[in-house]
Amino acid sequence: MTLISPKNIPDSQLFTDLPADVIAAVNHIEQAKNWQDKYRHIMLLGKQLPTLADNFKQADAQVKGCESQAWLYHHQLNGQHYYLADSDARIVKGLIAILLVANQGKTTEQINQFDVSHYFDTLGLSGQLSPSRTNGLAALANAIKLYANGVIT
Amino acid sequence: MKSTSPIPSQAPFDHQAIRDQFPALKQTIGDHHLCYLDTAATSQKPQAVIDAMNEYYQLNNANVHRAAHQLSTRATQQYEAVRQQVAHFINASKSQEIIFTHGTTESINMVAYGLTPQFTPNDIILIDTAAHHANIVPWQELAKRSGATIKPIPLTADAQLDIKAYEQLLQAKPKLVALCHVSNALGTVNPINDLIAMAKNAGALTLVDGAQAVAHLDVDVQNTDCDFYVFSGHKMYGPTGVGILYGRFEQLNTLTPMLTGGEMIKTVSFDRTEYGELPNRLEAGTPAIAEVIGLGAAISFLHGLPREHIHAHEQKLMQYLQAQLLNLGDVSLYGIANDKRQINVGSVAFNLAGEHHQDVGILLDQQAIAVRCGHHCAMPLMNELNLAGCCRASIGIYTNKHDIDQFIQALNTVKELLL
Repeated sequence: MTLISPKNIPDSQLFTDLPADVIAAVNHIEQAKNWQDKYRHIMLLGKQLPTLADNFKQADAQVKGCESQAWLYHHQLNGQHYYLADSDARIVKGLIAILLVANQGKTTEQINQFDVSHYFDTLGLSGQLSPSRTNGLAALANAIKLYANGVIT
Repeated sequence: MKSTSPIPSQAPFDHQAIRDQFPALKQTIGDHHLCYLDTAATSQKPQAVIDAMNEYYQLNNANVHRAAHQLSTRATQQYEAVRQQVAHFINASKSQEIIFTHGTTESINMVAYGLTPQFTPNDIILIDTAAHHANIVPWQELAKRSGATIKPIPLTADAQLDIKAYEQLLQAKPKLVALCHVSNALGTVNPINDLIAMAKNAGALTLVDGAQAVAHLDVDVQNTDCDFYVFSGHKMYGPTGVGILYGRFEQLNTLTPMLTGGEMIKTVSFDRTEYGELPNRLEAGTPAIAEVIGLGAAISFLHGLPREHIHAHEQKLMQYLQAQLLNLGDVSLYGIANDKRQINVGSVAFNLAGEHHQDVGILLDQQAIAVRCGHHCAMPLMNELNLAGCCRASIGIYTNKHDIDQFIQALNTVKELLL
């Protein structure tokens, strides 16, 4: 992964807690009856995630390792980490939303302790996290941690 | 294996019997039977190839070309017999024209590197816009080293090589023309013999990337008359890690070796080293012996099949696949010639309405459909088509109508989910 620190960062007011319905929607994914249902909910979740303005869909905020394009921004406020992310693919955006639900507004320690594999296992989505997948989810999960630890700023 | 035809002579083409020889295709993934439509990325391997490699390791494992003992003699004989087989397979005039490499990419790199001293800043290299990155980047590196200029050969609106534009580009007397025989992303087929004849008339050297052609078309390098023809073993039912560089002897003999070391020398002293003769001169180090033997088994496997029946079977499947995709609706196909003069070979490129190819790929994967979704290592081609990427379904000798039906049904489910 070759994420570099983006030059222009969206207004800090845009980095907020996620809407309550986004957080609730993760439960639907876990309880989905079949894969169709699961992916329908993932896409809905992606739809509910705030979108990035086009001028922030920049190469320097792009997380490499995705076949689709995915962008990630970070802002730290009072020791808590906030992220803004988007993708041009609907399922990838939904998967990003799932990641953000677990990490938004958390402290560095909480983010470091977060077991992303276990989380995706519980949701029945462990296959999507494999670094060999081109959805970039593993790279995104890694970038979230790197930001929280100040490795990327 | 159960035999379903008691009188084989009445069933000259038993496709199921061919398919049954590919053990990987017998598996299920989740609740679904595996539907492998990613042969253009790599083909599955018949039992005969797996057995040949096993046998080499179990019985004949020894280094080649230093035959001081029985095992080494056997290994060398087998290894060199495959060189003859490959020469025969593509109708090369002599086996010294066949160089074993690690794959198409290495083959092209060896040519681009090896020609460096022959290039000057005044030289032009023409490259097919539909080329795979492996047939672009090594030439860019050659251009960097030599100062030569690269010019892409444009495509027509229906994504076929633009012959008129090619004719014009040839007037500038390019030093080399790099073409693909069959496009890896679209399955379009170049009229390779005509294109090479035109390049020859202009005095150009020619290289043909045959990676997507050898498994599907009859290749005859003497008839095509190209200087270099390259391909990989793993796309023609052989193992990964082995490929071929065919070169016309006089041209091949001018290449500066990209790799130097053992095996490729005649004499070595600290004052000077004399290189050996072809083909050893271009095969430094211990080669991928088991893989070469596996490739030999793949060629024997193909030779044992009725070629005409296979061609007809694959053409029928391609037409069925294209027709079923269009029947489904909301599907865009790419690289279909306007006048339908040519049936695409191996691959069909498509997108579902305005949906992202990766979303389509993820949802097909849920249903055990193996297709490739992305830029297919052909970014200049994707730019030309104005696409971020696309999905590609590709067939092999083992693909049957049921695979296509399973795929179309799965794509219909994807469509219901996304649209």
